[in-house]
Amino acid sequence: MSNLLEINNVVKKYGDFTALNNVSLHIPKGSVFGLLGPNGAGKTSLIRIINQITMPDAGSIILDGEVLAPKHIAQIGYLPEERGLYKSMKVGEQALYLAQLKGLTKSEAKTRLKYWFDKFDISAWWNKKIEELSKGMAQKVQFIVTVMHNPKLLIFDEPFSGFDPINAQLIAKEILQLRDEGATIIFSTHRMESVEEMCDEIALIDKANKILDGKLADIKRKFRTFTYQVGLLTNHPTEVEEKLKERFEVFPSKFKLLNNCLTLNVKLTQGNSANDLLSFLTSRGEVQHFVELIPSANDIFIQEVKKNSY
Amino acid sequence: MSKLKLIIQREFIAKVRNKSFIIMTFLSPVLMIGMGVLIYFLTQKNDKKVKKIVYVDYSEIFSKEDFKDSKTVHYLDYTALGIEETKHKVKVGKYYGALIIPKQDSLELLSKSIEFYSKDTPSMFIVNSLERKITSKIRNKKLTYFNIDLDKIEASKIDTEIKMINFSGEESSELINILKIGIGAIAGYLLMMFVIIYGNSVMRSVIEEKTSRIIEIMISSVKPFQLMLGKIIGNATAGLLQFFIWGILLFVMITVASAVFNIDVVEMQAAKVPAEQMEMVKDVTSGNQAQIVIQEILKLPILKIFVLFIFYFLGGFMLYSSLYAAIGAAVDSETDTQQFLLPVMMPLILGFYVGFTTVINEPDGTIAVLFSHIPFTSPIVMLMRVPFGVSWLELLLSMALLLVTFVIMVWLAAKIYRVGILMYGKKPTYKDLYKWLKY
Repeated sequence: MSNLLEINNVVKKYGDFTALNNVSLHIPKGSVFGLLGPNGAGKTSLIRIINQITMPDAGSIILDGEVLAPKHIAQIGYLPEERGLYKSMKVGEQALYLAQLKGLTKSEAKTRLKYWFDKFDISAWWNKKIEELSKGMAQKVQFIVTVMHNPKLLIFDEPFSGFDPINAQLIAKEILQLRDEGATIIFSTHRMESVEEMCDEIALIDKANKILDGKLADIKRKFRTFTYQVGLLTNHPTEVEEKLKERFEVFPSKFKLLNNCLTLNVKLTQGNSANDLLSFLTSRGEVQHFVELIPSANDIFIQEVKKNSY
Repeated sequence: MSKLKLIIQREFIAKVRNKSFIIMTFLSPVLMIGMGVLIYFLTQKNDKKVKKIVYVDYSEIFSKEDFKDSKTVHYLDYTALGIEETKHKVKVGKYYGALIIPKQDSLELLSKSIEFYSKDTPSMFIVNSLERKITSKIRNKKLTYFNIDLDKIEASKIDTEIKMINFSGEESSELINILKIGIGAIAGYLLMMFVIIYGNSVMRSVIEEKTSRIIEIMISSVKPFQLMLGKIIGNATAGLLQFFIWGILLFVMITVASAVFNIDVVEMQAAKVPAEQMEMVKDVTSGNQAQIVIQEILKLPILKIFVLFIFYFLGGFMLYSSLYAAIGAAVDSETDTQQFLLPVMMPLILGFYVGFTTVINEPDGTIAVLFSHIPFTSPIVMLMRVPFGVSWLELLLSMALLLVTFVIMVWLAAKIYRVGILMYGKKPTYKDLYKWLKY
């Protein structure tokens, strides 16, 4: 799979402050790419550079095999975190205006808008002013103006903020559908559960540096600790725990099961497999629960950012 | 359609659709004309009340001939009633006042001992008019006393009028000079007001984009410079439209008003001057004053003034509104604009006052010429000078300087604008703005 966007050694400085220090990212075509990082890490600076709002001080950006240039504006759709629309302008007029600024002709824009307005069932709002809409309604309009010109590259900065769960789900579905139709999506968020749900690849940026990137599954594999959460129904819990400690690393675990079980987190030690652990457990009682603790994106995020701050 | 054109169109429509624009455009001329008509009728009403003045003359110098009734003042001879009785009558009756002329041995004494009694303080015009009547009569008496022939004095009266002509053959007079000052001042004032009003409108529009947070979406589609320029041009177009509508409305309303009320426009202006004062100036200006004013106005280079007004309006507006746009981009809300607005307003106001004080005295004086070349004041000061005639060389130099400065200012403002629109939260200082210039 080739890359839609290649960011090579990008540097951005504001006076003495370095916002991006030699950052390189490769974003594969047709993927959802999670751009993660704490506040002030440099995500917005990077997104603004991709959108050509600001220019990098050094480095290059290649979009679909070409050096990024103003003509590519029409191929990028951007939903900024801080969003808004002209309050006193009518919904339809405003959408047409923004579509034309993205390079669509008026008639093209009308056709596309009709499709999206029908899809979201908001055609009745065409002649309403933005200030008459609720926040959630305005967000829907905002989403439409981001995607209506069928861009190759979509950049969503915290796309779910301001949406209720139902609408957030609707938007998530739309984003994944856009990906299936061939769009590449950069997804910047703090909501790690949505990262797990949606992202194929991620990059973690902290203090102007990229500290981690790759396929989410690969990263998780890399951060795997071989720890299992187990629940065992036994008459001799203390005895079993003692025996376990002889072969494995054992940590207390807090979770509830239906029966009153011995619950523990068990980390495999050298030379032991998951099956070894399982057969040990089955010989000592009835296994009620056996799950590998896969590091969540959230855990990895916190762990890596903490490590980087030392 | 190009992006700049789209932006100009949107900004123009957003401005023109605004309720305050519509109200300002259509209501202001109606209010102005309405005020004029109101003042005219009020002065008419005021004048209609005839003032009755009684006089007691013991000097035996004056006659009924000297106290001729005018439109607004009637004179009554109460000499027969005596001083006390007359005073009493005036006190209780509907009289304006009583003029008491005692008997005196000499004319000098007489001139100092005439008294006027009234319930309220009398109008200065009435008193002046009475004084002129009395002075003229006493002077004639003295001249006769000195054996001087009054007819000869009358025949020797002469009125000198110096014709002012410059070397390009333009004649001028005091009247035309007043007209030139008036037209120049109105043009300069209008320009200043337009720059302030529309500059503020550009600033508010930038702040609105910032606070509604649409700015980031906009500049991911267009260059900040395009957005700023589109905003400035869109507002300038709206300003020109308003100016044209005012021109047309004023013309139509004046025509209609003068047809309906049968008022001569110029007489209407003159009507603001009370009738007594009119009597004073009647000698100076002949009866057909209206025609003369119109003729003199037509003699002015109207087209040139008009074209230059448009040029200097656009030039001055572009120059200043780029500053307003930069201020709007630098701040988060209108309340934070004060510290930056003052330095922008200063040269505008300075231009108007310098223009008003120097151009009137000496349109081609050093100060007037200097300030009509400094780009920040030239739109106003040069417009004030134009009716007096300015050489094309000077005009071109001033226009070129304005254009060059405008380009530089827009470039600088765009730099501040570009950084400022994405800055939130912190109230910037001048030092910050300077830093942004270097980003």
